[in-house]
Amino acid sequence: MSRNLILGAALSSLVLMAALMSFIWTPYDHAVLNIPAKLQPPNAQNWFGTDHFGRDMFSMIMVGARTSIAVALVAVGIGMTLGVPLGLTAAARKGSWLDEFIMRGNDLVFAFPSLVIAILITAVFGAGAINAIIAIGIFNIPVFARITRGAALSLWEREFILAARVSGKGAARISAEHILPNVANLLIVQGTIQFSLGILAEAGLSYVGLGAQPPTPSWGRMLADAQTMVSFAPHLALIPGLAIIMTVLGLNLLGDGLRDWLDPRIRVARA
Amino acid sequence: MSLLQIKDLSLTIHGTQILKRINLSIEPGQIVAVTGESGSGKSMTALAVMQLLPNGAEVDGALQLDGQNLLNMPEVERCALRGASIGMVFQEPMTALNPVKTIGDQVMETILIHKAMPPAKARARAEEVLARVGLPTSRYPMTRYPHELSGGQRQRVVIAMAIALRPRLLIADEPTTALDVTTQAQILDLLKGLVSEYGMGLLMITHDLAVVADMADQIVVMRYGEVVETGATEHLLRNMQHPYTRMLFEASGHQVDLPASPEPQPLLEVENVVRDYRLPRKRLFDAPGHHRAVDQVSFTLNRGERLGLVGESGCGKSTLTRAILGLEEVQQGRISLDGQPVFTGHKPNLAVRRKMQVVFQDPYGSFNPRHRVARLITEPFHLLDTPPTGSDRQDRIAEMLTAVGLSPDDAGRYVHEFSGGQRQRIAIARALIIQPELILFDEAVSALDVSVRAQILDLLAELCATYDLTYLFISHDLSVVRTITDKVLVMQDGKIVEQGETEQVFTQPQHPYTRTLIDAAPSLPEIGQGAA
Amino acid sequence: MLRYALKRLLSLILSLAVASVVIFVVIEIAPGDPASFMLGVNAQADTLAALRAELGLDVSKAERYFNWVGGMLVGDFGTSYTYRTPVSQMIADRMWVSLPLAIYALTLSTLIAFPAGIYAAARRGKPGDVAVMGATQLGIAVPNFWFAMMLVLVFAINLRWFNAGGFAGWENGLWTGLRSLTLPAIALALPQAAILARVMRSALLDILSEDFMRTARAKGLSHRQALWRHGVRNALIPVLTIIGLQFSFLLAGSIIIEQVFYLPGLGRLVFQAISARDLIVVESVVMLLVFAVIMVNFMVDLAYAAVDPRLRSRT
Repeated sequence: MSRNLILGAALSSLVLMAALMSFIWTPYDHAVLNIPAKLQPPNAQNWFGTDHFGRDMFSMIMVGARTSIAVALVAVGIGMTLGVPLGLTAAARKGSWLDEFIMRGNDLVFAFPSLVIAILITAVFGAGAINAIIAIGIFNIPVFARITRGAALSLWEREFILAARVSGKGAARISAEHILPNVANLLIVQGTIQFSLGILAEAGLSYVGLGAQPPTPSWGRMLADAQTMVSFAPHLALIPGLAIIMTVLGLNLLGDGLRDWLDPRIRVARA
Repeated sequence: MSLLQIKDLSLTIHGTQILKRINLSIEPGQIVAVTGESGSGKSMTALAVMQLLPNGAEVDGALQLDGQNLLNMPEVERCALRGASIGMVFQEPMTALNPVKTIGDQVMETILIHKAMPPAKARARAEEVLARVGLPTSRYPMTRYPHELSGGQRQRVVIAMAIALRPRLLIADEPTTALDVTTQAQILDLLKGLVSEYGMGLLMITHDLAVVADMADQIVVMRYGEVVETGATEHLLRNMQHPYTRMLFEASGHQVDLPASPEPQPLLEVENVVRDYRLPRKRLFDAPGHHRAVDQVSFTLNRGERLGLVGESGCGKSTLTRAILGLEEVQQGRISLDGQPVFTGHKPNLAVRRKMQVVFQDPYGSFNPRHRVARLITEPFHLLDTPPTGSDRQDRIAEMLTAVGLSPDDAGRYVHEFSGGQRQRIAIARALIIQPELILFDEAVSALDVSVRAQILDLLAELCATYDLTYLFISHDLSVVRTITDKVLVMQDGKIVEQGETEQVFTQPQHPYTRTLIDAAPSLPEIGQGAA
Repeated sequence: MLRYALKRLLSLILSLAVASVVIFVVIEIAPGDPASFMLGVNAQADTLAALRAELGLDVSKAERYFNWVGGMLVGDFGTSYTYRTPVSQMIADRMWVSLPLAIYALTLSTLIAFPAGIYAAARRGKPGDVAVMGATQLGIAVPNFWFAMMLVLVFAINLRWFNAGGFAGWENGLWTGLRSLTLPAIALALPQAAILARVMRSALLDILSEDFMRTARAKGLSHRQALWRHGVRNALIPVLTIIGLQFSFLLAGSIIIEQVFYLPGLGRLVFQAISARDLIVVESVVMLLVFAVIMVNFMVDLAYAAVDPRLRSRT
C-alpha cells in the first residue's frame, strides 16, 4: 500500500465521517443565527469562527460536506449506470451504426460542459441541487462510456474473448462475464476522479447560484457569501476553500493510490 | 587484441542476478551468435555492451571495445561511441522507428548527432546506406514514414541507421524473429554481406538454432545468465560438451511419431470460400476498395487426419481459421463440418460449434486472469445442452488436467501461477474437455521456447493416440508442421497454392512458392549424434 | 489529408446542427411566454400580439428554429427580450472580455505546463519530479474561483498590484486591458496547468518506454536529446486531446471567474439573462459556447494530422 493510498483514504474518510456525523451531531445548529457573535475568527468556542449571521462555521462545514458528497456521488452514479452499459454496447458492436451513434452522441455531450448544461437547465427549471446533480451527471455519462469502450475494445481483441466466443457465448454474456470484471478496476479509479471533479463542479455551480439553494448549506455558497467580506474576515473564504481542497486532494490521492494498488495484480497475472 | 572483449561480466538489476561472469570475444569480421532460451540473459548481454541497461542495473567485470573499457566511461563518451562505433538492430521493426519522423531524417540523425559530416553530405550518405540495405531512394523516397513500409523494409531502415557511420561492432538482437521466413533469409543475407564488406564484428542474439548454425563463426550458449558452452561453430556442432546444448539442439529438431490415420472419411469440407474486407477509400470519391483475404479456398479434412496450414503473415490463414470457427461470415462458398454448415443464415450454427475447439498462440492472453483453472477449462460446457455437474464435472476436470500432464489439484489455481508451457497445456485441456470432433491449433507452439515446444509436441502425439484427434495445425514454422501433420496446405495471398501429403510436399514441392518457403527456412545441420 | 479534413468538417457541421436542435428544444420547454413576461400580467391583447410579432414568436416552432439558425448564420442573434437591443451587439461587447481571457489563460497554462511536465518526466522519481507532482496534485484540487479570491486578497487588497475587479477596457491600451485580465487569467490557468503538466509527464513517460526511444539511444543520442527529439512530438498527441477538452473547461471556468472579478463578459451576461428570464440571450450565448467548444475540437483534430503522419494517410 502506497503513501498516496493511505493519505487519500484517510482524507476522504475524514470528510465522509464529518458528513455522516452531521446527521446526529454538530457543535451548534448550523441554521441558528446569532448576530451578536458574528464574524468571530476561529476560537475555542467556534473552532472555525462564525459567519456574518453568527452561525457556527464548523457546523456549516460539516453539513456542507453532506451536500457536496451527495451531489457528486449521485452524479457519478448517473454517469456510471448510463455510461458503462453504453460503452460496453459500443465496444461489443464495434464499427456498427450503433457504435457510431453512441460515440457521436458522446462527442456531442462533451461539447456541453456541465456548467453549460446547468445554465440551460436553470434557465428552464430554475436553480437547485437536483438540477446540479443532473447537469454533472449528464456530463459524466460520456466520460464513463468512452473509458469503458476504450478498455473493452482492447479486451475484445484478446484471445480469451475469442475462446469464449468459440464456446458459444454471446456478446451480452461475454460483456458481463469477461469484459466488465476486467474493466472494473479502471472504473473504480475513474469513479474517484469523477467524484472529485463532481465536488469541484458542485462548488462552482453553488458559487454562481446554480446549485443548492438556501437554506441548504453548501461550501460553494459559503464562498459566494464570503466574497464581499474577504478583506476583513478572510477565514470565511479560507475555511470552505480548504475543505474543498482537502476533499478533492483526498479523492485524487485515493484514485492514484487505487490505480497503483489494483494495477500490479493485473500485471502479475499477465507476466 | 579483440574488437570486443567481455571478461567476467556480471550484472544485477535491483539485486537480482541477471548475468554471472560472462566471457566472450569478437574479432573484426567475425559473427558471434549468443543463443539460449528466454531468461538466459542473452538480450541483457547485448544491452550491457550498448550500456543501455535499465535503471537499477549494477555491472561488474570488464567490457572492452578495442581495448577501451566501456564500464568506467563517462556517459558523454558512451554516447559518442553508440551509433558511431557500435550499432544496434532490434527485434521489433514495427515499433523500433519513430512513427512521426521520415525514414530519411531518422537515418540522417545517426550521422548528424555525431557531427560526422555536414548536412548535405549526411543526406548523400543516408541515401547511400539506404540503397545498400535494399531501399534505393528512387523507389523508397527518404520522405516516407515508417507506417508506409512493411516489417522487412522497416528492419532494413533500422539496419541502415545502425550502419550509417560504419561502426566496428554491430549488435543484432533477434533481428529476424518478428519477420517472415522469406524476409528473414533476405535480412540474414544482408547482415552477412555487410559484415564481410565492412569488416565489422557482429554480435547476434537469437533463440533460433538453425539461424545460429547458418550464420555464426562462433557460438555462445547461455542458460540462466551463464555461458554453458562456447566454441567455433563447426567444432561445437560436432562436439557438444554440455548436456544443455545437446538438449537445445535436439529439441529444435524434435520429431514426434504420429499414429496412423484411419480410412479417409470427410469431416471438415471447405468449398470455394471467399472472404473480402472493405478497405478505406484512397481518395474522397473513389469507390471503396476490397482486400480479398481468402480467395476461392477449397479443401477437405478427413476424420482422424492431422492437417497443416502454412503461409507467411498476411496470407489469410488467420482469416480462414476464424471463418472455420464461425467467428466471421464468408462472402462466398461453404464451410461444413460433418455435413452441417458452420453458418446458418447469418448466425453461427451451435450444433456445429460444439464439435470444434481452438488453441491460440498466446499463452498469456488466452485466459481471463480473474478465473480459476476449473472455470477456465469448463467454459466450452456452455455449448452443451446438459453440461455435467457435481462429481461428473469434477471428474472431467481431473481427467483433462491429467491428460495434458497437469495435476487435478491445479484446478483451483489461477492462471498467472503457471508458466507459458503449462498454460498451453491448460488451453489444450479446455479444447479437449467437450471432446470435439475437430481442434484448430492457431500457432499454438509459436510463442514457446524450444524445449517446452518439444514437450507440447510430444503431448499432442500422445493425445492423438488416446483421443483420435482430428486437427488443423496453423503455423508459419515449417519444421513443426512437418513433424506434427499428415497432410499440409500451403497458402499464399489468400489462395491454397499447394496441398498434399506432408512428406511429399516437403521433399518434392511442386509450386514455386512452396520451394521458396522451404529454401528460405534455415535448417539445422545433422549434428551432435557422434558426441552423444 | 484533404479527405480527413473534409470528414472532420462534416462531423463538425453535423454536431453543430444537432447541438442547435437540442438547445432550441430545451429552451422551448421553458414555461411562460416571453412577450407576456416582458409586458406584465395586465398587457393588452393587441400590444401582446404586436410584441410577439416583433420578437418573431408568432410563427410555428419549426419556422422559429430555422429563423434562429438562419439568423445566426448571418450574425443576427435576435432581439433581447429585456433590453430590446440586438443580442449580437450584446454578445460582441462581452466577447471582447471573455475570448481574450480564455486565450490568455490557455496560453499561460500551456507555458507553465509544458516545461513543468517535461522537467518532471526527465527527472522521474527524483526530488524535482516529486516536487512538481506534489504541486500539480494540489493545483488540481484547488477550485479556480476560490484561488481567484485568494489572489484578490493577496495581490489586490494587500499588495495593491492589481485592481480587485472590473475591466479597464481595451480603449486605454493593450497593457491596461491585459492588466485587468491578469489575475483572472492566472486563477483560470494554474489549475488547468496542473492537469496539463500531469498529462504531459505521463504521456512522455509512456513514450520513454517505447522501442523507438531505445533505438534513438542506440544511435548515440543522450537521454535528453532523445527526450526532446523523439519524445515531445509523440507526447503531443495525447496532450492535444487534453488541450481541446480543457478549452471547454476554461470557457466554463471563465464564466465563473468573471463573477469573482466583476468582469463584463459572457458569464455576467448569461447570469443577468437567466434572472431576467431573457431566454433568447441564454439560448444564443449557450449556442455560442457550444460552437466554440466544437470549433476548438475541430482544430485539435486538424492539429493531430499535422503531428501524426499516420492520420494523414489513413482514413
